Amino acid sequence: MALDDTDKITLAHGAGGKVSRELMESVILPEFGNPMLEQLHDGAIVGMSGQVAFTTDSYVVQPLFFAGGNIGKLAVCGTVNDLAMTGAVPRYISVGLILEEGFPIADLRRILHTMREMADKAGIYIVTGDTKVVEHGKCDGIFINTAGIGDIIPGTAIAPQAVRPGMKVLISGSIGDHAATILAGRHGLEVPDTLHTDCAPLSGMTQAMLMVAPDIAVLRDPTRGGVAAVLNEIADASGCGVLIDEAALPIHDEVQGVCDILGFDPLYLANEGKCIAFVPANEAESVLKVMQANEYGSEARIIGETVADAPGQVGLRTAIGSIRVVDMPLGNIVPRIC
Amino acid sequence: MCLAVPAKVIAIDGAVGRVERAGIEREVSLMLLPEAKVGDYVLVHAGFAMQIVDETDADETDALLAEMHGAPRTVELEGLH
Amino acid sequence: MTKAEERAAAQTLVAAIAEAAAGVKRQLRFMEVCGTHTVSIFRAGIRQLLPDNVELVSGPGCPVCVTPDDYMDKAIAYASHPDVIVTTFGDMLKVPGTRSSLGAAKTEGADIRIVYSPMDSLQIARDNPDKKVVFLAVGFETTAPTAAATVLAAEQAGIGNLYMLSAQKLVPPAMRALLDDPEVQVDGFILPGHVAVVTGVAAFRFLETEYHLPGVVTGFEPLQILRSLARLTRQAAAGEARVENEYGSVVHEDGNPTSRAICERVYEAVDSRWRGLGIIPRSGLAMRAEYADRDIEHVLPLAPGEVPPAKKTACRCGDVLRGVAKPTECPLFGKACTPTHAVGPCMVSVEGVCAAWYKYGREAFQFGQK
Repeated sequence: MALDDTDKITLAHGAGGKVSRELMESVILPEFGNPMLEQLHDGAIVGMSGQVAFTTDSYVVQPLFFAGGNIGKLAVCGTVNDLAMTGAVPRYISVGLILEEGFPIADLRRILHTMREMADKAGIYIVTGDTKVVEHGKCDGIFINTAGIGDIIPGTAIAPQAVRPGMKVLISGSIGDHAATILAGRHGLEVPDTLHTDCAPLSGMTQAMLMVAPDIAVLRDPTRGGVAAVLNEIADASGCGVLIDEAALPIHDEVQGVCDILGFDPLYLANEGKCIAFVPANEAESVLKVMQANEYGSEARIIGETVADAPGQVGLRTAIGSIRVVDMPLGNIVPRIC
Repeated sequence: MCLAVPAKVIAIDGAVGRVERAGIEREVSLMLLPEAKVGDYVLVHAGFAMQIVDETDADETDALLAEMHGAPRTVELEGLH
Repeated sequence: MTKAEERAAAQTLVAAIAEAAAGVKRQLRFMEVCGTHTVSIFRAGIRQLLPDNVELVSGPGCPVCVTPDDYMDKAIAYASHPDVIVTTFGDMLKVPGTRSSLGAAKTEGADIRIVYSPMDSLQIARDNPDKKVVFLAVGFETTAPTAAATVLAAEQAGIGNLYMLSAQKLVPPAMRALLDDPEVQVDGFILPGHVAVVTGVAAFRFLETEYHLPGVVTGFEPLQILRSLARLTRQAAAGEARVENEYGSVVHEDGNPTSRAICERVYEAVDSRWRGLGIIPRSGLAMRAEYADRDIEHVLPLAPGEVPPAKKTACRCGDVLRGVAKPTECPLFGKACTPTHAVGPCMVSVEGVCAAWYKYGREAFQFGQK
C-alpha cells in the first residue's frame, strides 16, 4: 500500500518489516533513487581514485522549514561543503533519518526532495542510508545524520599550518544571512523575502578556485561561531595574525537590521553557504574573479590579510580607523536587550 | 544597559504599532509614546517605542570642531537646554 | 555619511581631543555609566585612539552586573516551582546566583523562556492559564517603564496570571553614591543616552549644580561617543562644568513624561542593594501596594529554605563597578573567572566590564602586542 501525503510516520515504519518497505518504496526511493542506492545492499560499494576525504555531521535544527531552505538542504549542503573545504570533489553521501512517531509524510517528502535536488546540484550520489523511528517526544520531528566521502584534488594541500604572513583573506559573500533568518523568526521579527538562508553547495566554486590556485592554504566554511570562529581557529593553528577590515565585510542591510534590533554581532552568526579562503597574495585577484563568476560567490571580497606581528590573534580595523581584537564566540546567541 | 534602535512606524492599531527597519518588521507597543504617528521614526527598546527621532538633529561634528577652535558657541551646541 | 567620511570625521575628532587634552597637565578620567556605551567603546576601538592622559572608566550601568546574588537566587527558586514559567531577557540566563544560574536551572527542566520584550510575556500568560508567568523585571529608567506598561496591559486585557519579580535600578542615585565616595576619582561623565530619553537631561543637571563636574548625554555610535569625549575634554581644559546634550535627536530636557508617569503608577522608589555598591537610598523600584497582586514575592512568598544563604568570594566586581579597580586587578580575572565560567556578573553580561575587558581590552588582547 502506497503512503500518501496525509499519512504520518508510525513506529512500524522503523521496525524493518513490510511497513518499513512501504516507506522505502513509496517515499524514499522515489526521491533518492539511483542505480547504486536501488541495490538496497547493507552498504554501498564505490570506487575512489586516490586520497579520500571523509566527513560526518548531524542536523537537529528548529524550525525544520525556514526562508530559503529546510533541514534536508542543510544536511546535504553541510556535508558537501565540509568535503569541499578539504579540497575534495564530493562523491558519495549517506543519509540516516531519525523520525518522530507522527511526523507527516508530506513534510518528509519535501525534505527528501530538497536533499535530492541539492545532491544533484553538487554532483554527489546518495548511496546508502538508514531510517529509525522513535516514540513521540523523543526527537524534534526529524533528525538527520549524513556522512560523505570525496576525492582529494591531486596537487592541493589544504592545511592551516600552510598559512604565512602576507596572505590575503577572501570571503565568498555576505555574512550572517542564515543565522539572522533563523533567529529573527524565533524572536518575533518579520523579515522581507530578501532575507533568507544562504545555504548552498560550494564544491563547484572551491574546485574552480583550486584550479586557478592549487596552493590555496585554507578553505573553511564559517558555520557555527561564524567568521570570528574560523579566523581565530586559523590564527591559532598557523601562528599568524589575521587583520580584517570592517568596511570590507559584506553584510546585507536586513542582516544588520536583525543584529541591531536583537543585539547580535554579524561576525559571530552562522553561515551555511559561505567559504573563507587564505590565498597567496599574488593569486588573490584571480581567485576572487573565479569566486565572483560562481553563482554562490557574486559578492565575494578580499576582507583582510595575515600579518606576522600579532601571532594567533584576529584584529578588526574598525569603521573609525582603530584596531580591536575579535575573539572566539562564547556559547549560544541570545538577544541582548539591556 | 539599554539597547535601542530607530525604526519607522508603518501602521498603528490602537496602542500597537508596526515598525520597520531595513525591511525587518515587528510589533511594538505605543503605550509609552501615544503621540507617535505613521511615518515617524521612533526609538525602539524592548518592544516599546520610547521617543520620536528628530531627523533634523544634524551631525554636529563640524560645528563642534569650529567651537573647539575658538568660534563662538552657537545655540544648537547647547542642545535642548 | 560614507565610510571614508566617517573615518575622516573620527580622525579629526581624535586630533581635537588630543589637542584639548594636551592643555591639561594631569590625567583625565571620564566614566561611561552605561554598559551599552562600554560595548560600543570596545567594539569601535575608541580607547586605543585616545591620548595617554585621557582614560575611560566603566561605571555601574549594566543591570546584569549590579543585580545582587539574592535576586538571582529568588529567580532560580521561582523558576524551579512546577507551576511557574519565568520569562527573561537573554542576558540574565548566565548570571550566577549563590549556587546556580537560570541557565543551569533551565537545563534541569525549569520552564524559563527568553523574551525580546516584556510584552511577549503576556501572550505566554494567555497561552498558559494554569501557570504563573513571572517576568524578571530588571533594568534602569529606560526599561522600567516597559515592565510597568506590561503590568497595565495585563490589567486591561484581564490576564491575571502575569507577575513581576522586580529589581529595577535608578542611575542618578548611584552616580551620587559614587561621587560621594572619596576613593572614586572622576573628571566627567559620558551620560547614558537611553536612560536620558526617559529621564530627560534635567535628571543629570545635579552634576553641574552640586558636584561641579561636566557630563554629556551621549548616543551609541562611535562618532557620537568621540564628539562627547571632545566636549568633556574641552570642558575639563577650560575648567567648565556643564551638562551638555550630544543626543538631541531623541533626548529632550524633560525626557518622556508619559513613560515616567506610567512607571510611577506601578512603581515607587525604594532603598536598593547594588552588587558591589551596597544599599543606596531611593535607588531602586518596588511595586506599589495597589499592584501587590502582580508582585510574585507578595503572591507566592518563598519559604526560607528555598533561597540559599549568601556566600563570600574573592570577586572584586564591586570595586570594578565603582571604578576603583581595573578588572585585571581582581585575583580571579582570566583565571577562575572567564566568560565561560563566570564568577561575578561583570564577566557574565556581554556589556559587563570584566567581559568587555576579557574580550577586547586586557593587555594580551591588544592586537599585535601580545
